[in-house]
Amino acid sequence: MTALPYMLEARDITKVYRSEAGDIMPLKGVSVELAPGELTLLMGPSGSGKTTLLSILGCILSPTSGSLSIAGYSTAGLSAEGMADLRRRHVGFVFQSYNLVPTLTALENVMLALDLRGASRAEAPDLAWEALAAVRLSHRAHVMPSKLSGGEKQRVSIARALAGAPSVILADEPTAALDSENGQAVMALLAEVAKDTRRAVLVVTHDHRTLKYGDRMIRIEDGRIASRARRRLSEVNNEFAPAA
Amino acid sequence: MQTTAEPASVALPGQPTLARKGMMRLPMVPKLAYRNLFHDRLGLIVTVVGIVFSVVLVAVQFGLYLGSENRIAAMFDHAEGDLWVVPLGTKSFDDPAMLSGRERHGVLSTPGVASVQELAVGFVNWRKPKGGSTAALLVGSDVTQGISLPWNVTEGSASALAAPSAVAVDSTYFQELGVGGLGDRAEVNNMEVTVHAVTKGIRSFTTLPYVFTTLATGRTLLGASADQSSYTLVKAAPGTAVEELRSALAKRLPDAEILTHAEFRKRSLDYWLFETGAGAALIAGAVLGIIVGMVIVAQTLYASTKDHLNEFATLRALGASAGYINKVILIQAILSAVIGYVLGMALSLLVIWAAEDSTLLIVMTPHLALMLLALTVGMCVLAAICAIFKVIRIDPAVVFSR
Ligand SMILES: Nc1ncnc2c1ncn2[C@@H]1O[C@H](COP(=O)(O)OP(=O)(O)OP(=O)(O)O)[C@@H](O)[C@H]1O
Ligand SMILES: [Mg+2]
Repeated sequence: MTALPYMLEARDITKVYRSEAGDIMPLKGVSVELAPGELTLLMGPSGSGKTTLLSILGCILSPTSGSLSIAGYSTAGLSAEGMADLRRRHVGFVFQSYNLVPTLTALENVMLALDLRGASRAEAPDLAWEALAAVRLSHRAHVMPSKLSGGEKQRVSIARALAGAPSVILADEPTAALDSENGQAVMALLAEVAKDTRRAVLVVTHDHRTLKYGDRMIRIEDGRIASRARRRLSEVNNEFAPAA
Repeated sequence: MQTTAEPASVALPGQPTLARKGMMRLPMVPKLAYRNLFHDRLGLIVTVVGIVFSVVLVAVQFGLYLGSENRIAAMFDHAEGDLWVVPLGTKSFDDPAMLSGRERHGVLSTPGVASVQELAVGFVNWRKPKGGSTAALLVGSDVTQGISLPWNVTEGSASALAAPSAVAVDSTYFQELGVGGLGDRAEVNNMEVTVHAVTKGIRSFTTLPYVFTTLATGRTLLGASADQSSYTLVKAAPGTAVEELRSALAKRLPDAEILTHAEFRKRSLDYWLFETGAGAALIAGAVLGIIVGMVIVAQTLYASTKDHLNEFATLRALGASAGYINKVILIQAILSAVIGYVLGMALSLLVIWAAEDSTLLIVMTPHLALMLLALTVGMCVLAAICAIFKVIRIDPAVVFSR
């Protein structure tokens, strides 16, 4: 597993929000590496900086300091368009509130991501159907998001993140808006995506029931990594051992 | 650190063979534009109504302007010549005075002149047979000598004007003139005339009725002497330079102005359209139409863009380039422009068709239609650019905080 390079590597990330009321520093030096084939859980109290970190890892926000490389590409010195290009090609997102385009069907939402990633008219339909099949939603392909259940919407958004095979999938509380059953299904799907396609998956979560799907867990508190743990290979329960 | 590693080393199977040149793209941009547009029916209706209003207003204003041009220039389009000898200070064809009477001779004795035609034009008092009177513009010319005044003769004939006291009137002026057709009599400057020809659609820009007759009858009715005329229309002999002929004529006729055909035409147009302000009013109306249309389109497109801001933020978060999003908004604008233009044009043609039998002359030409299309699309694109400025400022980070 360590033979492969990291899909994502962040070093000493800090973030400062400047405002008249005073500066806020949600990230105070965070380093994260994501390896292919692994699902990493990012946990921590509310306001600890999880979403901020995820936005930076996904090239949506620029860090105030620190370095980031995704799939071997450094973000140093990239313009807004350069960042957009990098996240388009290498990052798939899953959002808490799905963020599907309401005027497009499930299939079209997946096609949209493929179009953004430069898929041609010839290959896109196959790739889109493949992605929908991977989340077991082929039968709902032509349904508008407003007619889909929350769990189905989140599965479409996973298909959208998956289509075009990005190096990293980043999910911010993907189960928060779902009931337990659907939440478990979505987590199982994300774990499967990590294993089957050997891409790095990072999931921000509050929900302890999702622990069993993680290979690693990072705890963040007040903008700093509080602990790292790796699941013991032999164990099938929810125990994580401190990372080496 | 892997930052400098060969990127290909981490490429995974299943990635699209990224955009190569000449590859067919998915039609997602037009699809998004189309769906956004039709998603909000009310917004679409408001946009289209705004564009239709604007197109019709501009079409009618410009159509009236072109119609005015046609009316003012009609005499020039039917009385071809190279040079016009006109009384000093003449502002337009419809602003006649009499020349002194020696022009014909002077012109004919100038080398390089092929032919001379004279026109006796002047305001007259037209007394209706059943009482009452009106002013009219009498145009006396010799139809037999090649000038085709009047034209569009629908009853009688132009040659019938050779009869004594014969005149031609236009059917659209029957009511003003108190006549109803061939054989009707009236008085012009207290002399009896008979309608021997009826034309259709020869109207003046000033709405004053035209009355056509021969040069000789015209002189009599206007009380001019037998050698006097208002305008002398000169045809240059083949191979004669018009400018040289003009200066030669100017030397001989110091009391008259020598204008080329195009100059006199333009002078008439400029006088009625710009010195009187009539044309400026029409153009101002058209400009108003453009502004109103643009404001409505900008407003609705902006509102629509605002409604879809979250989707644009999502697109941006998914890595869409600014160009991709701008294209969606632009196509949305162009789609509304085309829909609005087609409906607006249809309505304009209906208005023009309805105005056909009225005294208004609204002209639609392929040129004007094309210009309107360009204007509509331009208007919508400008509105789109306003909307794009709104989208440029969105922060894709909002996708996490909804
Ligand atoms: N755009 C911003 N401007 C200023 N401060 C911000 C901004 N975004 C986040 N913050 C602040 O940064 C800190 C970290 O926020 P963040 O959203 O990363 O927390 P989180 O761990 O995701 O919390 P939660 O579990 O509630 O989602 C918070 O104190 C928050 O108020
Ligand atoms: Mg958060």
